[in-house]
Amino acid sequence: MDAVTASLDVSGLAYAYPDGHQALFGVDLVIGRGERVALLGPNGAGKTTLVLHLNGILTAGSGSVTVAGLPVAREHLAEIRRRVGIVFQDPDDQLFMPSVREDVAFGPAASGLRGPELEARVEKALGQVGMAEYVDRPPHHLSFGQRRRVAVATVLAMEPEILVLDEPSSNLDPASRRELAEILRSLDVTVLMVTHDLPYALEMCPRALVLSEGVIVADGPTAELLCDEGLMRAHRLELPFGFDPRSVDTRS
Amino acid sequence: MGAGHAHRLYRHGHSPVHRLPPHCKLAAVLCFVVVVVSTPREAMWAFALYAVLLGAVAGVARIPAGFLLKRMLIEVPFVAFAVLMPFVAQGERVEVMGVSLSVSGLWGAWNVLAKGTLGVAASVILASTTELRELLLGLQRLKLPPLLVQIASFMIRYGDVITDEMRRMRIARESRGFDSRGIRQWGVLGKSAGALFIRSYERGERVHLAMMSRGYAGSMPVIDEVTASRAQWARALALPLSALAVCLLGWTL
Ligand SMILES: Nc1ncnc2c1ncn2[C@@H]1O[C@H](COP(=O)(O)OP(=O)(O)O)[C@@H](O)[C@H]1O
Ligand SMILES: [Mg+2]
Repeated sequence: MDAVTASLDVSGLAYAYPDGHQALFGVDLVIGRGERVALLGPNGAGKTTLVLHLNGILTAGSGSVTVAGLPVAREHLAEIRRRVGIVFQDPDDQLFMPSVREDVAFGPAASGLRGPELEARVEKALGQVGMAEYVDRPPHHLSFGQRRRVAVATVLAMEPEILVLDEPSSNLDPASRRELAEILRSLDVTVLMVTHDLPYALEMCPRALVLSEGVIVADGPTAELLCDEGLMRAHRLELPFGFDPRSVDTRS
Repeated sequence: MGAGHAHRLYRHGHSPVHRLPPHCKLAAVLCFVVVVVSTPREAMWAFALYAVLLGAVAGVARIPAGFLLKRMLIEVPFVAFAVLMPFVAQGERVEVMGVSLSVSGLWGAWNVLAKGTLGVAASVILASTTELRELLLGLQRLKLPPLLVQIASFMIRYGDVITDEMRRMRIARESRGFDSRGIRQWGVLGKSAGALFIRSYERGERVHLAMMSRGYAGSMPVIDEVTASRAQWARALALPLSALAVCLLGWTL
């Protein structure tokens, strides 16, 4: 594949729910291969709605979504869902099989992988999130942080072009938060991280987008956006008490 | 399959019976039960031989007799039913220690007791050597409708999640001073049940989204192919085949 093709290209995306509620009003964004980008926005901004368009769960009213050059359309749905790995907010929704191994195997098996190749894929994905020894456990016997990591593995097993995480840091204690950050940083994959955890966005993603009321209102280096108090206030994005984005060194 | 969903009947082990593929074991137990049920009740020695056969299987599976007997207690209600039969059945009667009993009732009781006990014992041996997950794979392999198997798998996965949700709702009710005794509180319990239903329904929708996102298109992908060699089938079917020989003898003698 041509190296300059963007991992994700969304243009003019608009969507109204069947009940008439318009959630997206023309979203434009481009994410290059290997970038880690945060998608920030207050509750109800349309973040989850946007995410559900990226793998064709919802179909755009107008506009288009392209993943590594392939348009999201009914005839490519299987390939699109292999390329876009979505990690949902609640790992109990994501982990629906009786054991960790079967859960991680689900995606690759659905795309036709079998036998030793499938086993190797499962082993590799669990290794990437440091959960290899839990392969035979039922998901509900794991801690919340471990379940989140397995949820990431279920998606990594599909070897996606882009990893999309919806609120990955919610409900995590500080240690699990840090472990997840280390895992995500170690991966060689494009990441779109939906969050309103601003310090986490700053730590993880050099670039950020702000989605508010169904449109992208800002796009730039995360540190710059967080320092723009007017922008933050206008879109109900508040930094935690005592947190100063200027004091954080993100060049590591 | 590790420490997975060990149910209460399961006994962890590595015996030859544990290692047999689940669908062979299921088929063997099913055939064994059919053979036992079709044995004439008058051939009492045949039932003794069946018991010996099961004892041999339990021995190979290294299940202690005490474990097996304790788990066979689920049979007790049927025993009570069988004990009543000689008293209530009609027809020719005999005197046993001064009590008048019906002959056909005695035979009927014996029939239920002997066949029931053997069936329960065979099922308990199957359950103590096969994990729930494996049983499901076995059923799938034996061509049970896939939808049924999927529903059963989801019940295993989400049973604990839903019980946990129920527990949290109860704690929330009780911390607000709710006392669930008394008929007047049933309305509140009904509303909780409704809320639980809606939560479970919404979870179902979210799980479905997650499944579609990973390529689900209506049927579960094959992850574990349970296969059995000829030798494994032969070993599993040794039990019902020996039973069949006994049964045929029972009919001819
Ligand atoms: N299934 C739905 N039907 C109708 N409206 C919805 C539905 N889901 C979300 N919405 C509405 O769309 C808007 C965007 O929602 P969402 O994408 O979930 O926001 P976010 O994830 O940014 O919090 C909200 O106003 C929400 O109420
Ligand atoms: Mg959301």
